[in-house]
Amino acid sequence: MQDFFLLLGRAVRNIFRTPHYNDDIALQMDYIGVGSLPIVIMTGFFSGAVMALQMSRALAQYGQTSKTPLVVAIALVREFGPDLTALMVAGRNASGIASELGSMKVTEQIDAMRALGTDPIQKLVTPRLIATGAMLPVLTIIADFVGIFAGWVICYVFLNMDSRQYWETAWRALEWNDLAQGLIKPFLFAVIISMIGCFFGLRTEGGTQGVGRATTQAMVVASVLIFVVTYFVAQLFVWMTSGEVQF
Amino acid sequence: MTGPGKPAVLRFENVSVSFDGVPALMDLSFEALESESRVLLGAAGSGKTVVLKTAMGLVRPDTGRVFVFGKDLTTLKERELFEVRSRIGMLFQESALFDSLTIEENVAYPLLNQKSIRFPKQQVHRKVEEALDFVELGGTLEKFPSELSGGMRRRAAIARAVVTDPPLLLYDSPTAGLDPITAHTIIALIVKERDLNKTTTLVVTHRYQDGNLIANFRYNSKLGALEPARNGDRREARTTFMVLREGRLVFEGDQNRLEGSPDPYVRKFVKQREE
Repeated sequence: MQDFFLLLGRAVRNIFRTPHYNDDIALQMDYIGVGSLPIVIMTGFFSGAVMALQMSRALAQYGQTSKTPLVVAIALVREFGPDLTALMVAGRNASGIASELGSMKVTEQIDAMRALGTDPIQKLVTPRLIATGAMLPVLTIIADFVGIFAGWVICYVFLNMDSRQYWETAWRALEWNDLAQGLIKPFLFAVIISMIGCFFGLRTEGGTQGVGRATTQAMVVASVLIFVVTYFVAQLFVWMTSGEVQF
Repeated sequence: MTGPGKPAVLRFENVSVSFDGVPALMDLSFEALESESRVLLGAAGSGKTVVLKTAMGLVRPDTGRVFVFGKDLTTLKERELFEVRSRIGMLFQESALFDSLTIEENVAYPLLNQKSIRFPKQQVHRKVEEALDFVELGGTLEKFPSELSGGMRRRAAIARAVVTDPPLLLYDSPTAGLDPITAHTIIALIVKERDLNKTTTLVVTHRYQDGNLIANFRYNSKLGALEPARNGDRREARTTFMVLREGRLVFEGDQNRLEGSPDPYVRKFVKQREE
């Protein structure tokens, strides 16, 4: 735990220190951001579509099918958009970062980097932290929009809902604290995904078996932490909006 | 023998290192003088690599002090170590070439990233070509490490280690896993670098043949090959052998003393030459 926060502290401190490896940041933004786009779009679309289908069925029992866009928009922007996007990116990138850095560790490339005048945290960790921090909120916004769009497809095709009614209901359902919650979480998740990946990668030992172990650990720990942080952020917003902590 | 006035380039003073409570080096003391060659023998897991990494400041000792060019590494912060490291070349056991970079980018890496060197950017390409020509890998600039054989990767890593002309060179098992011909080529390169640039050299190996070549051969620049060093030819470049056993230095001395050692552990390494 202490080692993790030391690594995080050094990675954050390096954001303000030279040298800056802008090429590495751009490369990681491409890999993490553009590379994750297809799975994020697919996840966003089908989660929005499933939610619209299921909610419309449930709401139909109370004659409230018209509220489907409201539920889809709130659930996606507050929770499912950020969480599912983070889980997808964790699966792809926390493990990817851990295996890449782990391979470098066991083949002594990290030591070589230090021997050749480069701080591995500055060169490897900080660019990944910055790139994930920049790209995950963008991916989340895309997933939110694609999910709401999928909800519209379901409502328009299967429920014969008017398009204008759908988009107006969905838009009006969202309040500032929903948007804030949906946009604060990706930054926290970005820290978790990038730093957990780097942390397990840099402490890899034991050859290729160790790399496999680090990759699995990074993905599992990042995914679990995403759920833990989701709970605490939700609790924080519930407390802020209602004025009391609920358990 | 080495002149008494020569300064110690590398000095270990009662150095102990452990990992998770398991001792890797115990109370190790020695010093390598300017232009001296040292051959460090020992079985796998005896702490040879840890010695090199400690000399480079990559591993911090639990106790004791390490002096490189007169600076106590144990008192320096990581960023302060970069200046010292820029004067040391190191060949890692598995070459440790960056697999996402071409051979040219790998060899250029220390020139472009070591702040204290301040090498003019427009001359980097020429310097890299020189270093690769030195190890006879002139045509591999655009290749990636994965496209080269094990021996070629080792030579490319030597080019990266020597490209900044460091006065101290550390070689970690340079011939491990190589066939005898390639292993001879690698040791010939090490001797060539040592004799042309008068560098202080520390070679870790478990092969006595490597130490024998280093101690008894010199590079003839006219012939472009190694030749036996006649008596007195290497007067200024002493070769000292050290043997590590489970983190402890059990032998330190010249080749004659090594071959005459009664210690059964030490003799295991000497016997390999007779086989």
